[in-house]
Amino acid sequence: MQAAPSSNTADYMALVQRRRLYGGALLALFVLLMASGFNLAEDRNAGGFLEGLHRIFDFPAEIFSEAFTDWRNLPGLVLKFLPSLLETLNIAAISTLVGGLLGMLLAFLSTRGLALWPALTPVFRRIMDIMRAVPEIVIALVLIFLLGVGPVPAMLAIAFHTTGALGKLFSEAAENVDLKPVEGLASVGANWLQRICFGVLPQVAPNWSSYALLRFEINIRASAILGFVGAGGIGYDLKTALQWGMGKYDQVVAIFALLFITIMIVDHISDRARARLVKGGQAL
Amino acid sequence: MTALSDPQFAFDTQSRIKATFARRKWRNIAVPLGILAYLVYVFFAFDVQGLAAKARPENASILLRDFWSYKMHVTRDNRSDTIVTAYEGERKGTFPEGQGPDWVSYGPETVISLRDGSTVTLLPENAARIDIPDFGSIVAQVQGRAVDLNLPADATTPDWMSVSRNRVAITQDGWRFSITPARTEVFRYRAGWELFFFTIDTPFYGKSLGELAALALWEPRVEPQRPNIVAMADYVWNNKMWRHGEVAWAMFETILMAFLGTMGAGLIALPLAFLAASNFAPARWVRLTCRRLFDFLRGVDGLIWTVILSRAFGPGPMTGSLAILLTDTGTFGKTFSEALENIDQKQVEGIQSTGANALQRMRFGVIPQVLPLILSQLLYYLESNTRSATVIGALVGGGIGLLLTQAIITQKDWEEVCYYMVLVVLTVMLMDTISGWIRRKFIKG
Repeated sequence: MQAAPSSNTADYMALVQRRRLYGGALLALFVLLMASGFNLAEDRNAGGFLEGLHRIFDFPAEIFSEAFTDWRNLPGLVLKFLPSLLETLNIAAISTLVGGLLGMLLAFLSTRGLALWPALTPVFRRIMDIMRAVPEIVIALVLIFLLGVGPVPAMLAIAFHTTGALGKLFSEAAENVDLKPVEGLASVGANWLQRICFGVLPQVAPNWSSYALLRFEINIRASAILGFVGAGGIGYDLKTALQWGMGKYDQVVAIFALLFITIMIVDHISDRARARLVKGGQAL
Repeated sequence: MTALSDPQFAFDTQSRIKATFARRKWRNIAVPLGILAYLVYVFFAFDVQGLAAKARPENASILLRDFWSYKMHVTRDNRSDTIVTAYEGERKGTFPEGQGPDWVSYGPETVISLRDGSTVTLLPENAARIDIPDFGSIVAQVQGRAVDLNLPADATTPDWMSVSRNRVAITQDGWRFSITPARTEVFRYRAGWELFFFTIDTPFYGKSLGELAALALWEPRVEPQRPNIVAMADYVWNNKMWRHGEVAWAMFETILMAFLGTMGAGLIALPLAFLAASNFAPARWVRLTCRRLFDFLRGVDGLIWTVILSRAFGPGPMTGSLAILLTDTGTFGKTFSEALENIDQKQVEGIQSTGANALQRMRFGVIPQVLPLILSQLLYYLESNTRSATVIGALVGGGIGLLLTQAIITQKDWEEVCYYMVLVVLTVMLMDTISGWIRRKFIKG
């Protein structure tokens, strides 16, 4: 009677000790990895961390002081860069749209229970994995070589990646749909397209729209970055302004401000819309 | 009962349903129409019709062919009468003089046999004879600053041949020939990536798979000071054409950037998330400050952080990882603090009832609840940041992104671009698989 609980306690303590040991070892390994990794990265960097740390604010200070002295230019510059901003936004929007539509198609083709050709679902999944894994910049640079500088290469590159990314999320959402409406439609002789349109789409629409909105936020950033390598839009203006250096810093500030404000606004709106879509039930 | 039998009510309901249907019908037409209108607008805004003028379809064929094949150059300098055989015409892939692949026989008359049965013979005095089955012999000779051409009797210039006063060029399936006063050149295309494992100057060049296996396992040492398999690994790793060692380093650097950035962001964001969560924040202003900080970090795009940080730290992987760290701190701070706000307070109260202090309450009451979400977020971002690190690497000059942009800018090393792309895709897919496995195994299961 007396012996059993004490041996249980001992077992429990041993277990706790072992778990602590494993946890500690894992933590030590993690710290070691972080520290050595950071050292390695610092070694291969042009400037060290500590030498650079106090200079972090030098560049912002420089550009903002120049912009401050030329503050009268700023409203004009903001207006001047609005068309490029619009182009960046257009690239993001159209690639989300195209990627979303293609992603929908791939999602239907690769979801168990809904697929048109069930045997081919693994193939479509692999295709989406590959599309997701290719960095946008590679496709964009190759397409710039083929199509010349402009927004179309960026759009195609982002749409390619978006197709894979959204396709995966869409198909995960579609896996959880209630199949009863689909069966009901099948029983009255609806074909595959009709079953999808009236049985599945109404169920997944809120989730899908929310994913697409989130993608749009991500794509704005991506399209700004691609502009920096020559794909048009506000990133390209930023690059030229930076290359010019001193004297054009008011432009840099104007572009930073435009990008910052746009991203904040879009994030805010899409946050609200997504919360309403997923929680509020009232679709759109 | 009364409501249902009331004709006025029935009429109202019916008209309301009708109105809803009409609205839906209108929306069903309006949404596709809106999308269509937007597409048309973008078509003109992006100047798609002008694209045809800018596009260079010939580049596409170069690119596609380069992705999976290479060409061997056999070049005779017509002034010094020396013959150089080289992979892709590159210095690093040049054979010693008088040596080359087995389809070239060197001598006073160098004969190059091509795959479709044609031969090109480099004759003395800067002449060349091209024998094409079904067509006959073509002889071209450099005379001063012009090129003389002799076609077979009663033949007209075929369309695969371009002739001008000082240049004759022939383009056939799988090979090309050209002669100018300066040089006579033959290109022969082959599928595959040239010298991918062993370059010409290594003892293992040109060996078949069986020979290589034999050399590696039991044949005597080629280099007395080390075993063959070590020598092979060394030559492959330090391959001068493909630089596998450097590429592996660059790939590692990219993963390192993603790892440092993601994990560093997680470490910084976790304590800040407590300050930003409404149920843990010590004061309202602290919470709002942290919230605004997260918004600011996310709103200042990765592009802007990259620009600012490269000014301070110079190009390199550390700059890239710091850029990832700053952006993701904002993202993690937001998601972590939302997770903290949604925890079940009962567990915390239970811990508190045993007399635990604040730190113990966090450790045993809160962390176990949010840990799965935090870990799966970290893993998900680690995978997605591996891809972002490629892009950021291209901007800050570190990792595989730098190699990729460099290879693309040369506009001829497309086989290397293809190689790097395959590597990046495989790495990202591997990270995806590993993180999915960890998530399933340890977090959900």
